Amino acid sequence: MLNFGLTQLSALLAAKKISSAELTGEFLERSKSLNPDYNAFITLNEETSLAQARAADAMIAAGQAHALTGIPIAQKDIFCTKGWLTTCGSRMLSNFISPYDAHVIERFNAAGAVNIGKTNMDEFAMGSSNETSFYGPVRNPWDSTAVPGGSSGGSACAVAARMAPAATGTDTGGSIRQPAALCGISGLKPTYGLVSRYGMIAFASSLDQAGPMAKSAEDLALMLNVMTGFDARDSTSLEREPEDYTRDLEKPLEGLRIGLPKEYFVKEINDDVARAVEAAIAEYRKLGARTVEVSLPSTKLSVPVYYVLAPAEASSNLSRFDGVRYGYRAPEYTDLNDMYRKSRAQGFGAEVKRRILIGTYVLSHGYYDAYYIQAQKLRRLIAQDFIEAFKQCDIIMGPTSPTVAFNLGEKSSDPVQMYLSDAYTIAVNLAGLPAMSIPAGFGNQNRPVGLHIIGNYFAEAQMLNVAHQYQRATDWHVRMPIPLET
Amino acid sequence: MSLSLDDVKRVSNLARIEISEDEVRTALAQLSDIFGLIQEMQAVNTSVIKPMSHAQDVMQRLRADVVTEIDQRESFQSIAPKVESGLYLVPKVIE
Repeated sequence: MLNFGLTQLSALLAAKKISSAELTGEFLERSKSLNPDYNAFITLNEETSLAQARAADAMIAAGQAHALTGIPIAQKDIFCTKGWLTTCGSRMLSNFISPYDAHVIERFNAAGAVNIGKTNMDEFAMGSSNETSFYGPVRNPWDSTAVPGGSSGGSACAVAARMAPAATGTDTGGSIRQPAALCGISGLKPTYGLVSRYGMIAFASSLDQAGPMAKSAEDLALMLNVMTGFDARDSTSLEREPEDYTRDLEKPLEGLRIGLPKEYFVKEINDDVARAVEAAIAEYRKLGARTVEVSLPSTKLSVPVYYVLAPAEASSNLSRFDGVRYGYRAPEYTDLNDMYRKSRAQGFGAEVKRRILIGTYVLSHGYYDAYYIQAQKLRRLIAQDFIEAFKQCDIIMGPTSPTVAFNLGEKSSDPVQMYLSDAYTIAVNLAGLPAMSIPAGFGNQNRPVGLHIIGNYFAEAQMLNVAHQYQRATDWHVRMPIPLET
Repeated sequence: MSLSLDDVKRVSNLARIEISEDEVRTALAQLSDIFGLIQEMQAVNTSVIKPMSHAQDVMQRLRADVVTEIDQRESFQSIAPKVESGLYLVPKVIE
């Protein structure tokens, strides 16, 4: 049952073969036994989860069940959750019990889903390995000497290790897709503006977007149905008619044009990853798709552009952490300025401070045009590349990450090497496009490889169709990490 | 361009983050590497390109000028580091 999809679990609940309290209890037991080794959760709150499960059972008994009613979902610790510790992986918020719910949390609550716990993450979502968390690194369930990716590493680990059937994540430069790839699960970053950012602790507001992480495309579609929708409290939330993201899952792929950017299959990509991705594309040809070469010439600029824009926005967003209204305050200080300086020096970790310093520098007097404005101009070129490419194809494919999961500690002392591990995912956030990663086999050391599927704006239903048809033809997505099967 | 120790100190001060002499040196080395990467941007002539500040070309929504927030002072202050009589306490600023 721990390996069942959401539709199967929902059917069991509807048929009263199992109660939500029993189901939640099973996932909690597994989480409690595995978490000391994998560190996927920062907070488990058994009593609260079980109370939510009993309320869901009452909804089901009253005939008021939705698709996710009674299903346990792991929530990334970036989402403010009323009455729960909400840390964002930082010492700065290590004492923050949220007084309100994020929009995403409200949506899951209204659907009757059960919050099974808050997942570990890179501090303030800044990282690609989950090693920057104040709560310690998460381990990859396929190999505990490897990182799970980041920043949504706890969510990816929880789903891969079957501690939760599905989870939420957020993606500013690849933080859903890269950990999904490295942990062998499916994850989707929606078009910018589809999911409200209200109550989602901000990193880089023009790039941040929440999305689902689960075992299959079908499960992602069900999650997306709950998470998306207009919210007036987020000024960038888009007013659109609600969609059913499951509607196109069963469409055949005959005639689908897959664009393969020539810039994606170059020396940066490791051979093992290239082989798995090429095999996946061959499978798509069998399913009736054809491939066309496309070009994204500005792709190579996306990492430098991102490391100007994201830190600039972060330095502004994180100025709210001043030790006055909530969060960490240094125990000793001389005056107000000293209180700010010490609280922030002690409350933030090294990577967060590094990015605040970069952001402060590029926005400072005399450097604004050379860095910030130049980066915004290049952002337009990067977005324009995709618009051109989508004139020749329906969907773009490539690797999610240039390598399989790397070892813990391998890149943590070299920020630039760490930043380059997101080379394929970042351009999508700059353009605001939707994209996903699905499991596509294994590379070196039997570590998972992710296939990156990039869609045009609002093409989520089509991307899910493309992913689902592959998952009907292959079984990578149902494989569990070997050490956990016993 | 190259960063100096003074740049790092100046920016740390602007960002209100205390930084020790040891940390300044480590930060300088790492930030210099990162700016080496960022420098690749300067190779492109962008004189005719309009900056893109956001992922969607949409206008900021306006809302009616009405009160939408309820009073939650007690709940918000219950998680503050230091409060007294409904006020947030900070070190004295004005003598």
